[in-house]
Amino acid sequence: MRLTCTVNGSPQQVDDVWEGESLLYVLRERMGLPGSKNACEQGECGSCTVYLDGTPVCSCLVAAGQAEGREIGTVEGMATEESLHPVQQAFLDAGAVQCGFCTPGLLVATDDLVTRSLAAGAPPEDAEIREALAGNLCRCTGYEKILDAVKLAAQRMAAR
Amino acid sequence: MSAPARTPAGAPGHLTGPAGGGIGTDAQRPDGTLKVRGEFAYGSDLWMEDMLWGVTLRSPHPYARIRSIDVGPALAVPGVHAVLTSDDVPGAKAYGLELADQPVLAVDVVRYQGEPVALVAADHPETARAAAARIVVDYEVWEPVTDAIAALGHPRWNAVHEDDAEVTELSRESAHLHPEGNLVRHLKVRTGDPSPTADVVVVNTYEVGMQDQAFLGPESGLAVPAEDGGVELYVATQWLHVDQRQICSALGLPPEQVRLTLAGVGGAFGGREDLSMHVHACLLALRTGRPVKMSYNREESFFGHVHRHPATMRYEHGATRDGDLVYVKAEIYFDGGAYASSTPAVVGNGGTMGIGPYVVPNVHVDCYGAYTNNPPCGAMRGFGSVQTAFAYESQMDALAAALGMDPVELRCRNAMEQGSTAITGQVIDSPAPVVELLRRLEAMPMPDAAPDDLRHMPGGVSNTTHGEGVRRGVGYAVSYKNVAFSEGFDDYSTARVRLEVVGGEPVATVHTAAAEVGQGLVTVEQQIARTELGVDRVVVHPKDTQVGSAGSTSASRQTYVTGGAVKAACEAVRGQVLARAAELTGRPVGELRLFDGAVVGEGLELPLAEVLGDDAVEETLEWRHRPTEAIDPETGQGFAHVQYAFSAHRAVVDVDTELGLVKVVEMACTQDVGKAINPQAVIGQIQGGTAQGLGLAVMEEILIRDGKVQNPSFTDYLIPTILDMPPMRIEVLEYADPHAPYGLRGVGEAPNISSGPAVLAAIRQATGLPLTRVPVRPEHLTGT
Ligand code: FES
Ligand code: FES
Repeated sequence: MRLTCTVNGSPQQVDDVWEGESLLYVLRERMGLPGSKNACEQGECGSCTVYLDGTPVCSCLVAAGQAEGREIGTVEGMATEESLHPVQQAFLDAGAVQCGFCTPGLLVATDDLVTRSLAAGAPPEDAEIREALAGNLCRCTGYEKILDAVKLAAQRMAAR
Repeated sequence: MSAPARTPAGAPGHLTGPAGGGIGTDAQRPDGTLKVRGEFAYGSDLWMEDMLWGVTLRSPHPYARIRSIDVGPALAVPGVHAVLTSDDVPGAKAYGLELADQPVLAVDVVRYQGEPVALVAADHPETARAAAARIVVDYEVWEPVTDAIAALGHPRWNAVHEDDAEVTELSRESAHLHPEGNLVRHLKVRTGDPSPTADVVVVNTYEVGMQDQAFLGPESGLAVPAEDGGVELYVATQWLHVDQRQICSALGLPPEQVRLTLAGVGGAFGGREDLSMHVHACLLALRTGRPVKMSYNREESFFGHVHRHPATMRYEHGATRDGDLVYVKAEIYFDGGAYASSTPAVVGNGGTMGIGPYVVPNVHVDCYGAYTNNPPCGAMRGFGSVQTAFAYESQMDALAAALGMDPVELRCRNAMEQGSTAITGQVIDSPAPVVELLRRLEAMPMPDAAPDDLRHMPGGVSNTTHGEGVRRGVGYAVSYKNVAFSEGFDDYSTARVRLEVVGGEPVATVHTAAAEVGQGLVTVEQQIARTELGVDRVVVHPKDTQVGSAGSTSASRQTYVTGGAVKAACEAVRGQVLARAAELTGRPVGELRLFDGAVVGEGLELPLAEVLGDDAVEETLEWRHRPTEAIDPETGQGFAHVQYAFSAHRAVVDVDTELGLVKVVEMACTQDVGKAINPQAVIGQIQGGTAQGLGLAVMEEILIRDGKVQNPSFTDYLIPTILDMPPMRIEVLEYADPHAPYGLRGVGEAPNISSGPAVLAAIRQATGLPLTRVPVRPEHLTGT
């Protein structure tokens, strides 16, 4: 089948997509966007998190066909050529990146959380951060520095 | 050596990253920007236009004879390019880290569920999977041997068990899986009086379940056939050269024709020390003449790497009424599963570190590793010490209770210190601040008494309690772990360092084969070069086999050993540069040093550009830590270990005693790291190691029934989430080890060892239950 959608603001069209392929597979293997990760392909780890029409989803659980005509945002769309997105910079500054395999999914999930919280008027608190990121596994960091990074990002994004 | 004909998309390039930051600073990772941009290519991200996908057909049975394999139906599937079995392995049919006992593809017999039997390469991964499912394997299913002690033919012990356990004739005749019997290794430690007596004796048997490394990046890589008949392998791994050795032997090719490059690694924790898809992808690439990518999914990953050895451990501790340890007897059984992997070394650590950081005059340890038909077990962070720490620290608590003593007091009373003698007879010849680690933990503030928010109670957001039946407990544990390879292994690393001026700016390039798996070794390499060469810009060359071995990224050893090699190579480069400068200036070398891109001396600042011109100064050298020696096979005595790492934890838990739910409220950790080369990364290791220890204490276990894995998914094998991990208090001590570069100590494993036992102790204190098995499950707490 043919799939037409928008990824990181650019229109994309791919042919010969199999029925059973996930959005994650299509992004990684057919569109040359391997930034979204494949740690479980079972909806359990969050490493494949992308925006689908503005809502974070596990792209491994989205059938490619469900993405038809929709807008997808991945980690590759967060930074500009010159500068990192504040969430990306905060993860680096806080030391929240070790192997980095969880990072792309966490960046998308964090961006969503911080954006929503700030829109509602306040940076996210610890308990909210933990709830919001409970679906994103990280095996390296023990999560402390991820919490630090989220708070740092919120602080910087609020100041903008 | 010939360069690869073609380079895949995602092949690693030189890493630069932000400039600046010598040792002791929080220098940022050179791969960090790539990682947050989603541009860092892991093994599973590699890609080539005409690549095929390889998949593995695995045995559904833990123990069976293969009567026949029919690959015909698979070959007939359109899109399939090759189907291989053991007949297609051109070189040695078996490989292994310590014993070459594991078939590349099953030969006649399968010995564990998930053992690779055949391979398929096809143009789409689903085609390859569908074809693999059509391979017809006729198995004669045998009854698996699933208990390590039964496998050795021992009687189940009881409390009066006194004699050495010997492997019986019966075991060798009736239950052996391998011709040489089920015993992989039996380590003995014998010191002092063989028949000691004591005022107070505690005896208990402990069990530790099988833990998985659960690194997030799946086993993956890409093999590219080369024009010279060899192969280029890009792979996520822990030790390129030991992989190369095993691949060469299986392929029947010399090392010049098997060239490895490290692909991006999504965590390792020991699980990538053995081969996984390495030889398989090379076989398929050489057969088809096309690049072949293999990438396991999560379920296959559970079958595709070795796990942490489950252990059964009987400990007997004797002490005086005042609390001085008189003796420890321990029998430790590690279930090694179907193939040896690193079981002998795990037995070595388990046995020689097996009573913890305490001084005990009379010690009698028997530590066994056995073959069974369970999944093979090998390296995982903490390597034999994680299991025994649960036992010896539980024993210290049990002994304290029997003596009516405070558990921390008892530990401090018996703690090792610099100058103490370990059970191997080795004198601890560098700082061993066990008492200070514990006292500092005690002095840290406690978390608030009771949670104000129901979400912070056991059961968390599911609101299972309003606080009734919730009990708090506090537990302490301390551990020590040998750093680097032990028992006489020639443990070295190779570093190549080049210094040159590029575009007017001095640049150092560091080339080692040391695997970066997430821990931040690439940062440490840059920091050392900056400090030693006085330059800001340091480039990290891709990790490959074009330079000599760096040894394994395991045993907390790379900062020490590869760090030592980089330091030594930098010193050699510096020596050459200063000699040139001395010649140019007429100053004695001894008055010159490198600083901020220049040779400086009294009233002299000579830019490196003027010293080097267009020349590059390059040095390659091997560096070794001081040698260790094999231990005596009858007594376990000898200079077995080069260094020890010490850490301690305090855990605070709330337990819902009605539902059996545990909430870890806070973890506190103290660790001596000798010298923190990158303090931020050190803290990251402590936090991550703590999480893995907590996971084993309360949730992580590969469940095996009749040799079959019951939970090969992240749905059923649970690792800590951000909801499970409490806030941490951490204090890092820096008591230099005079034998190590910069005085540093390996960091990564120690906190993984002391964390779980502290959590277990806290749950025990909260519930009053003996709790001798981890992970602790709700039914252990509610008695249902
Ligand atoms: S890969 Fe999608 S949730 Fe794990
Ligand atoms: S940094 Fe490795 S999984 Fe999170």
